[in-house]
Amino acid sequence: MDTALFVIQLLNGLQLGLLLFLVASGLTLIFGILDFVNLAHGALYMLGAFICATLTMWTGSFVLSVILSLPVVGAIGFAIERLVARSLYTRDHLDQVLATFGLILVLDTLAHLIWGPEGMAIPLPAWLDGQIAVTETLVIPTYRLLIIATGLATAGGLFWLVNYTRLGMLIRAGASNRTMVAALGINIQLLFSLVFALGAVLAGLAGMLVAPITEASIGMGNNIIITAFVVIIVGGIGSMKGAFIAALMIGLIDTLGRSFLDDIFKLFMSTAAAETSAPAVSAMLIYIIMAAVLAVRPQGLFPPKVR
Amino acid sequence: MKRTLTALVATAMMAVPATAAEIKIGFVTTLTTGAAVIGNDMKKAVELALDHLGGKAGDHTLTVIFGDDQFAPETGKQVTDKLVKQDNVDFVAGYIWSHVLLASRKSVLDAGKFLISANAGPSALAGKLCHENFFSTSWQNDQTPMAMGEVLNQRGVKSLYVMAPNYAAGKDMVAGVERTFKGEIVGKDLTKWGADAQLDFSAELAKAKASGADGLLVFYPGAAGGAFIKQYHQAGLKDILPLYTVFTVDALSLPRLQAAGLDSVIGSFTTQHWDPTLDNAANRRFVADFKAKYGSYPSFYAAQAYDAINLIASAVEAVDGDMSDKDAVRAALMAADYESVRGPYTYNTNHFPIQNFYLREVVVDDEGNWTTKVAGLVYENMKDPYYEECPLK
Repeated sequence: MDTALFVIQLLNGLQLGLLLFLVASGLTLIFGILDFVNLAHGALYMLGAFICATLTMWTGSFVLSVILSLPVVGAIGFAIERLVARSLYTRDHLDQVLATFGLILVLDTLAHLIWGPEGMAIPLPAWLDGQIAVTETLVIPTYRLLIIATGLATAGGLFWLVNYTRLGMLIRAGASNRTMVAALGINIQLLFSLVFALGAVLAGLAGMLVAPITEASIGMGNNIIITAFVVIIVGGIGSMKGAFIAALMIGLIDTLGRSFLDDIFKLFMSTAAAETSAPAVSAMLIYIIMAAVLAVRPQGLFPPKVR
Repeated sequence: MKRTLTALVATAMMAVPATAAEIKIGFVTTLTTGAAVIGNDMKKAVELALDHLGGKAGDHTLTVIFGDDQFAPETGKQVTDKLVKQDNVDFVAGYIWSHVLLASRKSVLDAGKFLISANAGPSALAGKLCHENFFSTSWQNDQTPMAMGEVLNQRGVKSLYVMAPNYAAGKDMVAGVERTFKGEIVGKDLTKWGADAQLDFSAELAKAKASGADGLLVFYPGAAGGAFIKQYHQAGLKDILPLYTVFTVDALSLPRLQAAGLDSVIGSFTTQHWDPTLDNAANRRFVADFKAKYGSYPSFYAAQAYDAINLIASAVEAVDGDMSDKDAVRAALMAADYESVRGPYTYNTNHFPIQNFYLREVVVDDEGNWTTKVAGLVYENMKDPYYEECPLK
């Protein structure tokens, strides 16, 4: 196994992990603070991708479109909170799951009506479309580096927001004891709406970042939402730090599993058996990790301190 | 008098099915999820075929009922059951996906109906599981990559990296290229497939590049194909690792690749049994009318769906709408007596076509649209590699 390939696969894993973090952080925020299971979080990821693709077609600039799309997705999140989520806070989780599952179907069909079934590609500007050669063998697509940089910057920004701002203080307080925050005269309704919108923006950003790679397509969010749930379960539901570490862990395990599992299997089984079993096992790998974490630490690796 | 009247009534009753039978065709394809882009193209072709036939086979009305498999075998089987039991169709056609077809076949065949695949060609159905009432208007999965393997030999490619989705057809594709490719396959990846398919191929592309192969062969049908080409382009592999594809670059992905300006794909090669530039009367009419009606080139999926309806219509006309005589219907299907857009072909003992395979090159047409043209003949009257395992004679 050569070093350059290993480094590239680490970066690929990091990129996947950071995208997962963007989705999982919103999910864990909403669950941690609002105590609301939002299956439709993935639909916001999809809407982010489609809105950004449409704006890119109009404006011709991908970067500008991302900047313009973020508030739009935030506003959609805000509206969903007001119209759908708010009346469900007092219901139990099963009702929330049913309602947000319904919301997925509505939003997927809406996207189908607006954008058609074929999905949309996002052209990248020339400066993002190339590769950066670190050494002769270590060549990385520029856009993947941009995803990593954006992901890290967002994670840093979120860390600052949660730990060093008044809004963050309220978010942490809300996660610990919602009733007490309300009793202290904080407008908890507005806080909830803002958290929901923030979660939507994060999911939308992930969708926008991934769209130039995989294209925007109907149901793309349902794909990542399952992995995002794995991330927050492994990380500890409601924990931002847990989501970050678990997302990177899942991203790396998934990517490295896909890359090297067949070679590892070939060490102790026949080539044919390794080639058959490796793809199956690597597809299961993250669920095996989740099952192991649930068995040993049901509360997740980094559960929030007080509930 | 009474006897005459009885005879008249009897004649009239016998004549009813023969003069105005309604023949129902169930058509199962994918109309939701990202793969709906394939299903919609097939649906358009079915509707065009009905337009061309005037909705009739001889004097008999053809009614098509569409079913959506949602890209999942279990749903595919459910809609097939519904078509067979509730709608009582005479034929079930369609099926993009090999795993969906394999899951649904028994529902159709056990009910004594005819099953016509307009795309999927899993090896099992060509070999041990072949059935007297199953026919294909496409190909067996292995054949197209076999043709590609032959092309690679001709081009002096010595080592190859292969990527395909991890399902029945993906495995057949890999098996197909291994059958004919004389060089070494230095690595292969089977990636997750289905409604939650893997679409980010960064890890696999990095491995493929590190393998130092002379070429990269991929099979990514539908939306995954566009995503793959994009990432291949972004990874800057065009000059390092030349791309060969089967069922990946087609009339569905090319317009989107063109919109995104991914010109890495121009000049790339793919193999197929059909191309919009094939020169025969049926194909010229099909391609021209499809473009006029829908504003885009038909895909090979569309061509196969168009053929499926025309094959069924030819059989219905040959038996004059009498679906009770299964042997006669089967013989009529076997004759393949219709104007196929691929040109004339015959059926092998396992009911897969014996047909030509062509090399297709991605080019820019006179109007500036990206499409393909025939760049050569790879195999003439090719039989699939499984027919000898089929017990039918």
